[in-house]
Amino acid sequence: MVSRPMTTESPVRPERAVEELDRVTIRFAGDSGDGMQLTGTQFTKTTAVFGNDLATLPDYPAEIRAPTGSLPGVSGFQLSFASTDIRTPGDQPDVLVAMNPAAVRTNVNDLREGGLLIVDEDEFNASNLKKAGYPSNPLEDGSLARWQVVRVPITHHNELALDGLPLNAAQKFKSRNFYALGLILWLYGRSMDTTIRWAEERFGRMPEQLDANVRALKAGYNFGETTELFRTRYEVPPAEVEPGTYRHISGNEATALGFLAASIKAGIPLFYASYPITPASDVLHELSKLRNFGVKTVQAEDEIAAIGAAIGAAYGGHMALTGTSGPGLALKSEALNLAVMTELPLVVIDVQRAGPSTGMPTKTEQADLLQAMYGRNGDSPVAIVAPATPSECFTMAVEAYRIALKYMVPVIYLSDGYLGNGSEPWRIPSLSDLPDVTYRYHTDPATFSPYRRDPETLARPWAVPGTKGLEHRIGGIEKSSETGDIDYDPGNHHRMTMFRKERVERIVNDLPPLEVSGPATGDVLVLGWGGTYGAITTAAERARRRGLSVSSAHLRYLNPFPGNLETVLRSFKKVLIPELNTGQLSLLIRGKFLIDAVPFNKIAGQPFKIAEIEGKIDEVLGLSGPYELQFGPASVLGG
Amino acid sequence: MAAPTASGGDIISDLPVLTRKDFVSNQEVRWCPGCGDYSILAQMQKMLPDLKVPREKIVFISGIGCSSRFPYYVESYGFHSIHGRALTLATGLKSARPDLSVFVVTGDGDGLSIGGNHLLHAMRRNIDLNVVLFNNRIYGLTKGQYSPTSEFGKVTKSSPYGTTEKPLNPIRVALAAGATFVARSIDRDTKHLEETLFKAAQHKGISFVEVYQNCNIFNDGAYAAFTDKEVRQDRMVYLESGKPVRFGKNMEHGIRLNGFTPEVVMNAASDDGLLVHDAATDNITLANILVGMDYPEFPVPVGIFRDVAAPTFDQLLQKQVDDAMAKGAGKFEDVLYSGETWTVS
Ligand code: SF4
Repeated sequence: MVSRPMTTESPVRPERAVEELDRVTIRFAGDSGDGMQLTGTQFTKTTAVFGNDLATLPDYPAEIRAPTGSLPGVSGFQLSFASTDIRTPGDQPDVLVAMNPAAVRTNVNDLREGGLLIVDEDEFNASNLKKAGYPSNPLEDGSLARWQVVRVPITHHNELALDGLPLNAAQKFKSRNFYALGLILWLYGRSMDTTIRWAEERFGRMPEQLDANVRALKAGYNFGETTELFRTRYEVPPAEVEPGTYRHISGNEATALGFLAASIKAGIPLFYASYPITPASDVLHELSKLRNFGVKTVQAEDEIAAIGAAIGAAYGGHMALTGTSGPGLALKSEALNLAVMTELPLVVIDVQRAGPSTGMPTKTEQADLLQAMYGRNGDSPVAIVAPATPSECFTMAVEAYRIALKYMVPVIYLSDGYLGNGSEPWRIPSLSDLPDVTYRYHTDPATFSPYRRDPETLARPWAVPGTKGLEHRIGGIEKSSETGDIDYDPGNHHRMTMFRKERVERIVNDLPPLEVSGPATGDVLVLGWGGTYGAITTAAERARRRGLSVSSAHLRYLNPFPGNLETVLRSFKKVLIPELNTGQLSLLIRGKFLIDAVPFNKIAGQPFKIAEIEGKIDEVLGLSGPYELQFGPASVLGG
Repeated sequence: MAAPTASGGDIISDLPVLTRKDFVSNQEVRWCPGCGDYSILAQMQKMLPDLKVPREKIVFISGIGCSSRFPYYVESYGFHSIHGRALTLATGLKSARPDLSVFVVTGDGDGLSIGGNHLLHAMRRNIDLNVVLFNNRIYGLTKGQYSPTSEFGKVTKSSPYGTTEKPLNPIRVALAAGATFVARSIDRDTKHLEETLFKAAQHKGISFVEVYQNCNIFNDGAYAAFTDKEVRQDRMVYLESGKPVRFGKNMEHGIRLNGFTPEVVMNAASDDGLLVHDAATDNITLANILVGMDYPEFPVPVGIFRDVAAPTFDQLLQKQVDDAMAKGAGKFEDVLYSGETWTVS
């Protein structure tokens, strides 16, 4: 590395323009050891506290220890923040912070033409260039001419800033991300307070590290202030948002809190059994902290044991929950059927990821819908709900339990990696804003029969062990529709199958109607479900702004569908269904309503871009020829 | 009614005097006539009243197989689950509800083949469950395929040329996985079986009882060579902790150790030099040596191999909850407002 004088010494502060922007999308990319997730999260927090609306997309490699500097080792974090209401982490970054050549190589093609590329020039040495597959240094050979390249000697500056601290070179190297963070905080006129407060808490017991990180942070900030490399500073004013107290929340955190809220609402202790799996493990981490709420968590020996334990706890009268991702849901399917047969209230969280098989564990997809619907032997209906945004993960968790308990039915809660790891500001609700979550244990032996159903909901009684006089047997073998004894009678099996089906169908009476965003009738309805909400809703809005007759609607209830769905669908000439799978909701809609919905499918492990959905809308309206998705070269975050 | 708490909350029952009849359900028993399962059911029903646990606090959970029909026949709470997974349900139930007395009934196929993984983990966790494994060394319900405990070379419907795999020893598996109570009994010795089931049920922590059970339809006489009344005393050894390992009609023979190898001492006049059984030791070496003894080289050991005290999974989990609550029950607002918040007015 070449040593050079520190520009922070410069006594003259350069004059520069301040430009006001509505919306900025930044991506931080570096080696997975470079702490880019931390940089992204800290910038996000500061931005949230500042009052911008925002959305994030963390994206990390599956290999936690991929070779340093290599392409597969690149980790990224994208966030978009704005002075207006936004719903996605942005189609294209305006700014890319790249900590090494591999990060440039895998990300730069997503950067908007003319966008700002900030690099740690010290890392562009022969060895790193080779690992990234660059035949020559892109900083020198003109290949980055489409972007504004800002070369910052981050490694060197960081080292100088940390001079004299009792840390070795490798330890000092670890503070580079704070330097980068400081620089970006300066660029957008943000204060360092939130991060310093956080660092004091996090590194309180490691004074050297705290000192190093804070020094690096300030060095980065001051460098922005004094250098002439940046001609402009940017301002994104706060967004107009609903009054209230806000915090920043990820989908997985919201999921955990939502289930806790449901348990408090109902007054039943929460029991969570799970086996670690990406991207669902955070739910286990969050819930396992909550012993002071009576929450019991069990890390089971495998996926099957996890659902088995949850069924056992549900049988014991607890609010039982298990969580996983697609491969785990496959493993749980036989046991889930036992819950169907024994009609116990149980919620299974599936934070979907790209499949099939191991697929791409850290990449998002929504391809487990049909597995959730049909992935079990026999006719085996369960209820299915799906949050649309990270913060909705909270309310839909409460919904999942409201349904499970009232109808004595297993519910699958379909989140996805994009929602689970993505985050946004969240107006903190109060428990009283939430619907009631009620349950009833049966206690009266005189009126008890294990499968005697509630006439309204068709729910069977919940008779928990320990209740005197209700000793009875249940199990996976077909039961007599009255007594619950083993029964192979043909008419009985037909009747019981129909009960199980109808009980799930009757949930419709408890669902809010599907809302349409935009006019209630028109040319095109864009229908979605799950994590595609932001892109779909924004694309439809933009189409309307262009004078097109386009509305959108988003399903939070997949089984059963809301009662007005068919009416909504028939109010439009065309129905477009964008999905991150090969057309699973389309299949259900076509099958159920005989409506010739147009599927629009992307299976790239990445969320939709708004522009992609807009492009497809134009095609459906006949304004353009067939729309083709463009897949750029290997990229960490972009599609 | 409020939700059940760890201690059973308000689901408190008085303690009526129960008899065997109280544990007989109204279901018709559907095992083959002559099956060893009948005896196990009978000894269980005889033993249950002695536990002095209210009937509604007793839960039987099973998987799939002939043995797994067991819960239907016991008048208590019962859950006939799916193949191999009884222990997973039992683990969830006992973790959530430590106040219940939970029994798991399984077989050699259900517990050691499809459900083998769960067996290991239930044992190492030392969760307070009573596991009874009916070992008939065959698949009965699916009509006669070999099981993981079938002898090497056994000819069955699915192994017409004889098996080419060695059997598992269930006791060894339980010991290796850290079970705190490990015992073996036989269906034909009703007194020993009842006693063993009783002691197992009284043990705090996981108890594992292997019962040699005769399947008279598909594997008749699997244990007859040493369990027949006339030869039993000479071909089986009843282990008793703290006592020399002796067998024979008049307890005239004994077992001693040569290094780590057991040897039969015929007509051992004195106890000197005989192996003394110790079920209470933490070290599983002795139990492992004993369980290695098999007919015809040795008398087959039955009784309690291991019986040690250790904290149970369900209690430890409950303690974490109780301790956390004692420091102050969680307030939902605190969790909601944790981390950085900001107010927009
Ligand atoms: S098949 Fe064998 S184990 Fe099953 S009930 Fe009949 S005799 Fe008993």
